[in-house]
Amino acid sequence: MSEETKPFEPTIIGFTCNWCSYRAADMAGTARMKYAPNVRLIRLMCSGRLDPTFVFKAFANGADAVLVSGCHPGDCHYINQNYKMLRRFHLMKRVLAQMGIEPERIKLLWASAAEGAIFADEVNKFVEQVRALGPLNWNKGNGVALETPVHEEVPA
Amino acid sequence: MTQRITIDPITRLEGHGKIEIFLNDEGEVANTYFQIPELRGFERFVVGRPVEEMPLLTNRICGVCPEAHHMAAAKAVDAVYHVDIPSTAKKLRELLYSAFYCTDHTTHFYALAGPDFVMGPDAPVAERNILGVIHKVGLEIGGKVIQMRKYGHTVVEMIGGRKVHPCTSIPGGLTKGITEEQRKEIEEMGRWAIEFAQFSLKLFNDIVLSNKAYVDLILGDIYTHQTYYMGTVDENNHVNFYDGKVRVVGPDGKELVKYAPHEYMDNVAEHVEPWTYLKFPYMKKVGWKGFVDGPDSGVYCATPLSRLNAADGMATPRAQEEYEKFYKTLGGKPVHQRLATHWARLIELLYAAERWVELATDPEITSPNYHTIPTEKPTEGVGIVEAPRGTLTHHYWTDERGVVTKANLIVGTTNNYAPITMSIQKAARSLIKKGTVVTEGLLNMVEMAFRAYDPCFGCATHSLPGQMPLEITIRNADGEIVDVLKQFVD
Amino acid sequence: MSKPKFAMYWAASCGGCEIAVLNIHEKILDVDANFDVVFWPVAMDAKYKDVEAMEDGSILLTLFNGGIRNDENEHIAHLLRKKSKILVAFGSCACEGCIPGLANFSPIQQVVDTAFSTISTDNPNNIRPQTAYEMPEGTIHIPTLYPVLKTLDQVVDVDYYMPGCPPESHQIAAVIDLVIQVLQGKAQLPPKGSVIGAGNSTVCDECKRKRNEKTIKEFGRIQLTHADPELCLLEQGIPCNGPATRSGCNARCPSAGAQCIGCYGPAEGVVDYGARLVAAFGSVIDSNDPAEIDRILDGLVDPAGQFYRFNLAGSLLRAAKPAWKSGD
Repeated sequence: MSEETKPFEPTIIGFTCNWCSYRAADMAGTARMKYAPNVRLIRLMCSGRLDPTFVFKAFANGADAVLVSGCHPGDCHYINQNYKMLRRFHLMKRVLAQMGIEPERIKLLWASAAEGAIFADEVNKFVEQVRALGPLNWNKGNGVALETPVHEEVPA
Repeated sequence: MTQRITIDPITRLEGHGKIEIFLNDEGEVANTYFQIPELRGFERFVVGRPVEEMPLLTNRICGVCPEAHHMAAAKAVDAVYHVDIPSTAKKLRELLYSAFYCTDHTTHFYALAGPDFVMGPDAPVAERNILGVIHKVGLEIGGKVIQMRKYGHTVVEMIGGRKVHPCTSIPGGLTKGITEEQRKEIEEMGRWAIEFAQFSLKLFNDIVLSNKAYVDLILGDIYTHQTYYMGTVDENNHVNFYDGKVRVVGPDGKELVKYAPHEYMDNVAEHVEPWTYLKFPYMKKVGWKGFVDGPDSGVYCATPLSRLNAADGMATPRAQEEYEKFYKTLGGKPVHQRLATHWARLIELLYAAERWVELATDPEITSPNYHTIPTEKPTEGVGIVEAPRGTLTHHYWTDERGVVTKANLIVGTTNNYAPITMSIQKAARSLIKKGTVVTEGLLNMVEMAFRAYDPCFGCATHSLPGQMPLEITIRNADGEIVDVLKQFVD
Repeated sequence: MSKPKFAMYWAASCGGCEIAVLNIHEKILDVDANFDVVFWPVAMDAKYKDVEAMEDGSILLTLFNGGIRNDENEHIAHLLRKKSKILVAFGSCACEGCIPGLANFSPIQQVVDTAFSTISTDNPNNIRPQTAYEMPEGTIHIPTLYPVLKTLDQVVDVDYYMPGCPPESHQIAAVIDLVIQVLQGKAQLPPKGSVIGAGNSTVCDECKRKRNEKTIKEFGRIQLTHADPELCLLEQGIPCNGPATRSGCNARCPSAGAQCIGCYGPAEGVVDYGARLVAAFGSVIDSNDPAEIDRILDGLVDPAGQFYRFNLAGSLLRAAKPAWKSGD
């Protein structure tokens, strides 16, 4: 394992919804709240639009963690769709765990448009949590032929 | 200086393998090595899977005999759940299995091994195949072989849901039964199969047993080994493919042991060599003494020949007649000449067809009672069947949810890895001596040592280089002509 | 005039694809009439050296089944790519990894260790297979296992994909008919990269069971119930992969009372098969309460294995993290 000269900066993809969580992030920005810049935000119209494929692709392409954020239960702009996302999220977390992706690398956050400060705070906490886990580097090291290890001498 | 001959890959069988022959300065065989280059890792990756998937996952160990794995797995998962399945389910599974045996043994004899016998061991490559066989013995054969394969797979699909990789066995029985209409069709096809099996035995008699050169080859020392013989038998010590106890007899024919599935661990162990990915099972009570013959060596084989050697007879009348003729002709039990396996295989074909009809006419076979819901907690279980290529053992452990925590598989051909290695070496040593010109045909005779053991692939009639005039008349079970196919025939 | 050349080869496979080809029965004569089979280890005696001696591009059609598990598999894939005009990834293993791809959940060392230390294995010195071994007469070799099983198109350029474990024989017959028509100038080959011999929809479309709105309060196991043979299996809580699986098989397994296990691979337009099933199964759960959702999900005892059963090697993630060489 090589020595790190700088602290590891996690790359996090954040899926937010147009009506609540994206506006929360927006609010944090316009209020000039300082928070970790590690999250690249992707805006969906609704968290229910989150196809699990997006999350798998994010990890496959090098993300260290994924944040999914939508309206609070009961407040979804499209009535019920954040519940759909909630169910997918629970199942997805189990599948990812079996793939060796720690549950701490994927976070669900409900945030209303007015909760900019909470959003910023949660992001900061998440970044530190992921920093402690280390990089995921999903696609590094594939396809290299493994030398079958040599073992103890076979007795004559 | 050592000369080296490599046969890569070995052909006309299922799976991958490579033979290395080293010659010394005198041009004689110094040593041979038979290596298996593949490992997929089933015993590892089934861990974590729900145990009811095992009959589906283990199908994919072998797509030529998935039925064998499916049945061994089915019995193992029943054992894991400690459930006794309904009688109808047992019979349906054995019926599927009997029809499968007919298909599998047929295609091995006609397409894999047959060419060596019928065309001649060193016939040119272009002729040494099923079409050469047809040319020699008549075009009607091709149609019959296609029909036997079709019938066998039709039964597999009716009971097993699919032609390849059956899907209907679950813990407690099956997911479906059969209708009276299907039963009638199955019975008709079974009766045709009996005729076909008898025809095949007659063919073997006319072409092989009436030919002194072939008889000398069969009886000769070059393909002969004296080892232990393993096969599953019913309570009358008759050959049974689906259920019973595993019986092992010694080179002298005397019983060494007869064990129930859960006792396999006391009797079989697998030896490891560092130059191949496959292991070498041997009889634990005798011990591993190397690749040698004899009662003091734990090497055993599990093939149609072994099954006949290990049993006291066949459970059906026509097959029993053939069994008696077999041993009378070859000078008593046990028979050690490995090429005689081809004959033993045809006797098993006849038994499988007779058993097919027996089960198809059983009054319980169309009963809707084909599944019992297990009530016990799943723990651990062993399932054993006779795969066409040898005794097949599946052993699973699960947690309380029925998720696999460990698996152990001893697969049909694996039983025979040591004797095959020995047979190849002996054949090479006998055939290649000082001054021998090593031709392709000679190397094929070395491969023949392998082919007697491994009838794994279905190949009804296949195409090869050259323009073959061919006319095939396809008849249905009533003998009516359904279609006539011609090529290069006016 | 000589006939165009045909080859079929198996890498890390089970032989089921070969059987499926032979199960076209009489139609095999059409293959014989229109092609020269030059390499097919299961059926005839041509060896690797014979393929090496062939001219590049001289084989018109090669059906390649089996996954890429070791360096020999990859070597032959490259060899056949060079010698073939049209290379088809035939069957689930070559297309997406299939069942042997499940090994990608574990490090390869663990796969080898398990095989060589089973309860019946007599291995007191903990021997493992050596890729090169010195014998008194010379060095003998066996292939090197790759850490991760790969699909055919992860190592060579593939022209067509034919899914299924194995591809259904009626589909194979249809493809052979098409190729013969192309040879006779009566039809065109589909665009390169197409999926052939399969449908454009999902297994659910071909399944005859009745479907209503699904509201699952409990996922069950097929052996612990007597499922209604007329009703959708997923609706009864039995984990059926039909919703994301490509059609073409006539929904054989659900017709026989068993759940679809997904052997025909991803349906048209599906990027990641497992992810699609996460969405499908998520959407049928009848609860909005996190604790109850978890309780219901506890009934799926192996979601990753179920959702990636045939598709792990071909999925976006390809393998579980412990399987990558640099997993630290």
